[in-house]
Amino acid sequence: MTWDAIDIGLMLAKIAVLFFIILTLAAYLVLAERRILAWMQDRKGPNRVGPQGMLQPLADLIKMLTKEDLIPAAADRVLFAVAPAMASIPAILTFAIIPLAAPETIFGHRVSMQVTDLDVGILFFLALSAIAVYGVALGGWASNSKYALLGSIRGLSQLISYELSMGLSIVPVVMLAKSLRMSDIVNAQAEMPFIVYQPLAFVIFLVSILAECRRIPFDLPEAEGELVAGFHTEYSGMRFGLFFVGEYINIIGLGALASLFFLGGWRGPLLPPIVWFFVKVTAFSFFFIWVRGTLPRLRYDQLMHLGWKFLTPLALVNILVTGWWLSLR
Amino acid sequence: MSTEIMTLNMGPQHPSTHGVLRLVVELDGEIVEKITPHIGYLHRGIEKLSEHRTYHQTIPLTDRMDYLAPMHNNLGYVLAVEKLLGIEVPERAQTVRVIMAELTRLKSHLVWIACHALDIGAMTVFLYAFRERELVMDIYEMVSGARMTSNFFRVGGLSKDVPEGFVPAVQNIVDTFIGHFDTYEGLLTKNTIWLQRTVGNGVISAEDAINYGLSGPPLRGSGVDFDLRRDEPYSGYEGYDFQVAVGEKGDTFDRYKCRLVEMRQSISILKQALGKLKPGPVLADEPQVCYPPKEDVYNSIEGLIHHFKIASEGFPAPEGEVYVGVENPKGELGYYLVSDGSAKPYRMRVRPPSFVNLSAIEKMAKGSMMADLVAVIGTLDIVLGEIDR
Repeated sequence: MTWDAIDIGLMLAKIAVLFFIILTLAAYLVLAERRILAWMQDRKGPNRVGPQGMLQPLADLIKMLTKEDLIPAAADRVLFAVAPAMASIPAILTFAIIPLAAPETIFGHRVSMQVTDLDVGILFFLALSAIAVYGVALGGWASNSKYALLGSIRGLSQLISYELSMGLSIVPVVMLAKSLRMSDIVNAQAEMPFIVYQPLAFVIFLVSILAECRRIPFDLPEAEGELVAGFHTEYSGMRFGLFFVGEYINIIGLGALASLFFLGGWRGPLLPPIVWFFVKVTAFSFFFIWVRGTLPRLRYDQLMHLGWKFLTPLALVNILVTGWWLSLR
Repeated sequence: MSTEIMTLNMGPQHPSTHGVLRLVVELDGEIVEKITPHIGYLHRGIEKLSEHRTYHQTIPLTDRMDYLAPMHNNLGYVLAVEKLLGIEVPERAQTVRVIMAELTRLKSHLVWIACHALDIGAMTVFLYAFRERELVMDIYEMVSGARMTSNFFRVGGLSKDVPEGFVPAVQNIVDTFIGHFDTYEGLLTKNTIWLQRTVGNGVISAEDAINYGLSGPPLRGSGVDFDLRRDEPYSGYEGYDFQVAVGEKGDTFDRYKCRLVEMRQSISILKQALGKLKPGPVLADEPQVCYPPKEDVYNSIEGLIHHFKIASEGFPAPEGEVYVGVENPKGELGYYLVSDGSAKPYRMRVRPPSFVNLSAIEKMAKGSMMADLVAVIGTLDIVLGEIDR
């Protein structure tokens, strides 16, 4: 593959646009969550800043930036400063492999609607989600606070157990698409989305990404009622903001991946691909918010129990059955 | 690998220690090894203060003990003083007291289910329960002018009759609340995660519950059928038909079910009480003890002097001692009054249900996980204002 100025320029432009899109989406997902939860809970939610509270994310950002940045006296200053970035950067990097729409031909150039179409796309995603654990673990450790430490221990064990079932639930998708490349996976669903062949894998993936995002019912690392705020108890200002935004970017990213793996990504009738993709991702985000409005929190050992003794074996069986089925075809 | 016990200071600032409870918890990983409650952060010396006040002046202090069930605290206190004086309370006052007491039970239990659910992560129930509690608050405001510190009952009856609109407001609660309880049960009782978190959590046997002196739902949840409203009726409770909720296993789920049944029974009592509410006086005819009607105070010199005399001097109570226990939403709230014949109590001792129930926390949560400890705090339904007084 030869690189010329246009390719490089295009890549940079795509990165810039994507950055803008995901940060905006994450900010408005926060607002959407607050408004939708409020609606479910029979209250108003933030509706004062701008029309219907539409400028609330901006106000939140200003607040975060102008808050005092407290670092506990006994904290490990370097790790404490680096951890929020380690939590949010992998979440943002995941978007590099996500195709937002079908490739378009502009001025004779074939432009794919993703930053890079890696041939090991899924591995890249799994690697990033493994790295994201460090943000949680180091953040809690570096704070030198007992609540934060407990939170990060929970975070570590939770993410390790759910990484496994999440990874295993994608294997059948790879088996069906015969590729780890995102564009191939989407193209393999041209006739039928994989959710039809793999409903079980879809459910396992969905539960696992709930845990991966540290959302209720799996929000143990930051369980408010128990650990105050878990691993980010000691964080304030924009450092806390980074953890927070990282979490919401993660929700969007994992929602996007779920729609790519199981719902055919940007494919869909009538509407333009980008709209279809947006609708699917929004549906996942709504589902996440809905779950938060409905379910209580699991206990630490019950969560491990669910992950190791239930989801992982189920995913393994699912892989075997898929292999058997593929060998028959 | 060598491990260490970690000592974790939980509270007094912590989202789920319900006020200013401080627990020093010794943790082995996440397993709770030892719990030492530290109390006293909300101590205001209410018992001591009452020794320097006339009997009437202590009523507002009792509001501030269990601030989630203020009228019940008033009730226990005025019943104790009435028993000391041997005063009979008019029929209407008794019925209004029962109505307010049961509304208070609803109000207190709604806060309990809200906080308990929030501690376990079910956020929506919290807001639903507080929405309903607001209706009870409105009635509080209607009768007493205050939403929390009600100061509504008086020795001998009520401070004033209930206003117009009281009966429809209570009727509205009777009509709508059962549906709301069904909503909570839909969100919790039928939820697998909720069951996993509460069934088998914080178990205490009936024998232990009695030995620790537990009362209220923590006692009944363990299968001990004891309710002061039925066993030592006061304020006319013997005339109401209600069922006492009793659990079996003594776990958090049984206590949860007990309280929900109690809330439904409260609605039934309210319904009966509304039927019994007949016009009549709301203050006993005891000029030595009771304040004169406000019209007399404003319009006649005798009334004014009468009011002034009771307000400034109070009334002397016969020498002696009494104990009255009432079935507070949290358990048995007891008032022990010693009188030396003067206008002020020689000693007032309060038996706070939360304080006694809290003592069982180590028994219930030892060996379980940190998350279970939070559930146990929630299920005990403690109020620190009452523990510290």
